[in-house]
Amino acid sequence: MIHSLFLINSSGDIFLEKHWKSVVSRSVCDYFFEAQERATEAENVPPVIPTPHHYLLSVYRHKIFFVAVIQTEVPPLFVIEFLHRVVDTFQDYFGVCSEPVIKDNVVVVYEVLEEMLDNGFPLATESNILKELIKPPTILRTVVNTITGSTNVGDQLPTGQLSVVPWRRTGVKYTNNEAYFDVIEEIDAIIDKSGSTITAEIQGVIDACVKLTGMPDLTLSFMNPRLLDDVSFHPCVRFKRWESERILSFIPPDGNFRLLSYHVSAQNLVAIPVYVKHSISFRDSSSLGRFEITVGPKQTMGKAIEGVTVTSQMPKGVLNMSLTPSQGTHTFDPVTKMLSWDVGKINPQKLPSLKGTMSLQAGASKPDENPTINLQFKIQQLAISGLKVNRLDMYGEKYKPFKGIKYMTKAGKFQVRT
Amino acid sequence: MSSNSFAYSEQSGGGEATELGQEATSTISPSGAFGLFSSDLKKNEDLKQMLESSKDSAKLDAMKRIVGMMAKGKNASELFPAVVKNVASKNIEIKKLVYVYLVRHAEEQQDLALLSISTFQRALKDPNQLIRASALRVLSSIRVPIIVPIMMLAIKEAAADLSPYVRKNAAHAIQKLYSLDPEQKEMLIEVIEKLLKDKSTLVAGSVVMAFEEVCPDRIDLIHKNYRKLCNLLVDVEEWGQVVIIHMLTRYARTQFVSPWTEDEGLENNEKNFYESDDEEKEKTDKRKKPYVMDPDHRLLIRNTKPLLQSRNAAVVMAVAQLFWHISPKSEAGIISKSLVRLLRSNREVQYIVLQNIATMSIQRKGMFEPYLKSFYVRSTDPTMIKTLKLEILTNLANEANISTLLREFQTYVKSQDKQFAAATIQAIGRCATNISEVTDTCLNGLVCLLSNRDEIVVAESVVVIKKLLQMQPAQHGEIIKHMAKLLDSITVPVARASILWLIGENCERVPKIAPDVLRKMAKSFTSEDDLVKLQILNLGAKLYLTNSRQTKLLTQYILNLGKYDQNYDIRDRTRFIRQLIVPNERSGALSKYAKKIFLAQKPAPLLESPFKDRDHFQLGTLSHTLNTKATGYLELSNWPEVAPDPSVRNVEVIELAKEWTPAGKTKKETPSKKFYSESEEEGSSSDSNSDSESESGSKSGEQSEEGNSSDDSSEDSSSESGSGSESEVENQRTAKKNSKNKRKSDSEDGEKEHEKSKTSESSNAESSSVEESSSDSETESESDSASESRKVTKEKEKTRQDRNPVPKDVSLLDLDDFNLVSTPVALPMPALRPSLIADLEGLNLSASSAVINVSTPVFVPMKTHVMLHRMSGKGLAAHYYFPRQPCIFGDKMVSVQVTLNNTTDRKIENIHIGEKKLPTGMQMHVFNPIESLEPEGSITVSMGIDFCDSTQTASFQLCTKDDCFNVSIQPPVGELLLPVAMSEKDFKKEQGMLTGMNETSTIIIAAPQNFTPPVILQKIVNVANVGVVPSGQDNIHRYEELKFQAL
Repeated sequence: MIHSLFLINSSGDIFLEKHWKSVVSRSVCDYFFEAQERATEAENVPPVIPTPHHYLLSVYRHKIFFVAVIQTEVPPLFVIEFLHRVVDTFQDYFGVCSEPVIKDNVVVVYEVLEEMLDNGFPLATESNILKELIKPPTILRTVVNTITGSTNVGDQLPTGQLSVVPWRRTGVKYTNNEAYFDVIEEIDAIIDKSGSTITAEIQGVIDACVKLTGMPDLTLSFMNPRLLDDVSFHPCVRFKRWESERILSFIPPDGNFRLLSYHVSAQNLVAIPVYVKHSISFRDSSSLGRFEITVGPKQTMGKAIEGVTVTSQMPKGVLNMSLTPSQGTHTFDPVTKMLSWDVGKINPQKLPSLKGTMSLQAGASKPDENPTINLQFKIQQLAISGLKVNRLDMYGEKYKPFKGIKYMTKAGKFQVRT
Repeated sequence: MSSNSFAYSEQSGGGEATELGQEATSTISPSGAFGLFSSDLKKNEDLKQMLESSKDSAKLDAMKRIVGMMAKGKNASELFPAVVKNVASKNIEIKKLVYVYLVRHAEEQQDLALLSISTFQRALKDPNQLIRASALRVLSSIRVPIIVPIMMLAIKEAAADLSPYVRKNAAHAIQKLYSLDPEQKEMLIEVIEKLLKDKSTLVAGSVVMAFEEVCPDRIDLIHKNYRKLCNLLVDVEEWGQVVIIHMLTRYARTQFVSPWTEDEGLENNEKNFYESDDEEKEKTDKRKKPYVMDPDHRLLIRNTKPLLQSRNAAVVMAVAQLFWHISPKSEAGIISKSLVRLLRSNREVQYIVLQNIATMSIQRKGMFEPYLKSFYVRSTDPTMIKTLKLEILTNLANEANISTLLREFQTYVKSQDKQFAAATIQAIGRCATNISEVTDTCLNGLVCLLSNRDEIVVAESVVVIKKLLQMQPAQHGEIIKHMAKLLDSITVPVARASILWLIGENCERVPKIAPDVLRKMAKSFTSEDDLVKLQILNLGAKLYLTNSRQTKLLTQYILNLGKYDQNYDIRDRTRFIRQLIVPNERSGALSKYAKKIFLAQKPAPLLESPFKDRDHFQLGTLSHTLNTKATGYLELSNWPEVAPDPSVRNVEVIELAKEWTPAGKTKKETPSKKFYSESEEEGSSSDSNSDSESESGSKSGEQSEEGNSSDDSSEDSSSESGSGSESEVENQRTAKKNSKNKRKSDSEDGEKEHEKSKTSESSNAESSSVEESSSDSETESESDSASESRKVTKEKEKTRQDRNPVPKDVSLLDLDDFNLVSTPVALPMPALRPSLIADLEGLNLSASSAVINVSTPVFVPMKTHVMLHRMSGKGLAAHYYFPRQPCIFGDKMVSVQVTLNNTTDRKIENIHIGEKKLPTGMQMHVFNPIESLEPEGSITVSMGIDFCDSTQTASFQLCTKDDCFNVSIQPPVGELLLPVAMSEKDFKKEQGMLTGMNETSTIIIAAPQNFTPPVILQKIVNVANVGVVPSGQDNIHRYEELKFQAL
């Protein structure tokens, strides 16, 4: 399946290569560079590039291209999904996934990649198992290793791979047994010029951090499971139980993992927690345009809206902007034409606004389209869909774990057309 | 840098100082090493020395540097001999890194690589399965042809290994060996055949992968394993799932007949998409009898459906394509929701998924119409995603949604991304041609765009308008005039060419303008693009034919220019036109028809989706994405007209056959629905009394799950379409029946159980029924107590009837080993445990009523406790509960019922109790060993334990043929008690004697609705095995029994 993997940084250097079958010359990447050149922007590089003898499938994350070389027919999503899993694993191991970090930990990276694929077919992709095989580097361990000459390769053989619950490592022990669940919902919306909603959907995830001793068996139930229209589970969740009782029953992996992601049915009306008032005008005659936006809370269920950021890609004709915000800070990059305004928390008594003028290229005609406004915000302790966890029970172990559930609503792809 | 190398060179001298120096370098670690070894060969010498040193840390450091070099793509093969020596290193990390090196470079140094082989051969015999597996893995990864026989031998051995993990690695090794030496194919197929029979989920994915690589055409190997693969699928790891699903899709297309019925085909206008016309006709004849889906076909569809919920996009896509290619069209709709969900994922996933949706949306619009808004474009999407979304939106456009879509398109046209704006204009053009209602609206809109400032937009509009006008009977003179004016400003060649063509075509409708345009063009001819030049020639020719008086000279001028053009196409065209239109002595008959040739009615171009031709590729494949056949692409065959013999999939294992026959019989007698729910119920709470019954029930459940008999599947589908309410009634009936002939579970559990069967029943049915049942559950949780009490009364009534068989049971056994009991009615002394008797002796027992009558325990739903979870028991699950019956094994013992379930797919043999670890004084009467337990089977056995009136845990081992599991039983206090009948007076008396140490009192605050006698009664008896003392006062209930207080 996957023959080789090349990591390419944004300046076009191959800084890591790994082969699982016969060596494929790195010159195969020339086809990739060609495509990259044509695409102008990194995110427009096609994920699948055919070359005379190979196919290059790539993902672009953290400013690194992960290019897999394959030779024969294979479902492209198979490779792409795997590459994303590789990136996730690196992130899990090193905290960040960047070129210097990968270079620094090249040995661990190599060891991990060796375990993830055998002859190009995924072998161990669960981070719990990988961490048992190859311990992630920590500062302490690095120091200890250099002094004692011990290694970061696990000396006990991984048994997790053989068990019925391959996602959980065995012999987990904690002094504080705790299980935290974060219900995070994102609102994807397109708001029209007049403020009416064109499309709005809620996508949610439940991320868990479970640190429990032994082999706990957890069940999590919702007050209103019917809200969940479409769900996808971590493999640990027992599907039959969900089908019949709408209860999540699972033996959790150790540590952080995504238990569930869901989609709230589009039939339900989505509450839009913020509104944006805008007046952006270009005039044909003058080289000055007016710009004014105000952000305010709408349906927030009494919760405060925090971390508000407004970004907007201004048309090419805009040379500069002189704006004054009523709160927060703003920047305008005259090269990329990107305006960003870090608003912070919205005070309903005094709505934040950003006002001022834009100077346009003299002589150029006015842009036909007003810029789109992208919004980011956070609302703590609220799941906008109204989803509520009913209870969490643990079976199979005797101790009493500490349990916590947190709710949060965020803006996903939230756009306001002007 | 130099100091480092200095340290290394000195190293051979040994001593403390060098070691220190070495440690210092190792902290610098590989990143620093890159520069170090990039060019200088001398450094390789240092590495060699390090590798030969006796210290592991030096070796490790060297290996790390070498790995760094490999990662950089530097050639490190020179170090091969030095590295290979360390293959047997004790240090596990060195060993691993050597493996990494070996696999990478062995090909280049074949002879030297052989040195390492013996190490692996030795490891292949290691008692540890993981070491065996990794040895096989590395050995098979070394691409040295000489060792092929060794590899072959190792694979054969590993394929028969006891450990599934080793067998999995053997499956991987098959592919490696095959690519190294395809000659071995036949032998490898044998191994594959053997491994395909493997029942382990670990092996399944890998062996199917090997199958796909080595012998994808040997579909006959799959037959016998088809059902097993379908059933294992959910538990296989995700990557294996993808491979298996793709393989099974191909398999299904060769083995089953098409489930796509006529009507659906017509509805979609795509009925003969995969078949040629006459094939279809034949099919129609055949279809006289209604189509019945092969149960195996159904099995595949049913077992893959849950995987739509996978977190892995590749799995979801694989299932989606399976549904698309093999499920009835009416059922394929469920995949759209999951595919739309994937659109939230990363850009690359979106790209692939959107491509597939685009293909699907051409053929079956209806599938994605409800999700129209999910395809709306955001300004932040990358261009390739935008265009794909636009493509899908265009495919989905119909009369109903076109107005919304056009409004949306208006926004896109104004997008700053001009490439995307241009694509939108094309999309509008396609909508206009497909939906005749909006053609004029679109045309007007496009004309407005002609005054757009952006040239790309205008050019694209011109091209699209040209196409639109060509389709319409020309009444659009105005538009043409407008466009003629544009020629002055517009510079995009395609647009100019389009305008010229339009004017030429309609030259008779714009007689004044056309010659003028030609005049202008003649002036700029030399500087035009080739495309435009060709159209100028065409325009000239057309005008020459219609209006030669005005344009004769102009045309000849242009033809002269064309004659000397640099481009041979244009020179050719010029020559051709001249011969045709300019009459001369040598021109043949053709020139008479010149007008007809040039000004013929031309068929309007069809504006089609660029995805139109992709559908002959299997969805989700690389070939589909690229729209060309990729190497190794396996064609999806057409449905066979007559299904090949389905019996080839029957597995001739005797046990399985035995299982099916009785179930088949019962099937005919009882309606399936009832059957289904009954088996559900019984599977979870089976009773020793109805053992035989429950066994047949669970068997039938299993059978219906596997869907092996055809009538089963048809019934199944009928229950699917059946109304929810009906099934509910059915369920209630079975539930009642269950509670009648069973001592059943505690009420909450029961409710849940009931709920479960209900939902599982209706889950396939209409959504309304699902809603109903779930709303049920909500109200139930609210009014829990109320329903509980209701249940209790019901249950009480039944208790009386229930008693009948049970005492009989006891008395029957009495004869053998219950001799201690003198009278069956009153069990005075035995009822009390020795410690208690001692207590009572001191309390002057004789003062109270002479005998203690053990009253029948109040019937409460029993509560089961988990003894052995199936996860920890390798598939063997054990639950126990306290039946509250006098124990038949001994009067001091508490009887415990243990239910054993086999959740694996193979028999569990010889289940017995092993070593007991009981606290002193405790005794246990074990059950007789169970010879074997069928897959999915369950059995209930009873045992007796003397807990010595304490809540100490009884630990013991539950053993099977292969394994021993430590389990324990800890009794709740309430189960150690025994109810006694006595009058209120006696009770008070006893109570009086027990005050002090033996008394505990608590205050319980209860909600008013819970404060009714039956409720309290129920709550208490749930906790403890006690009885009620008839009381004079209404508000006081006495739950007595001496022991209750005595403890």
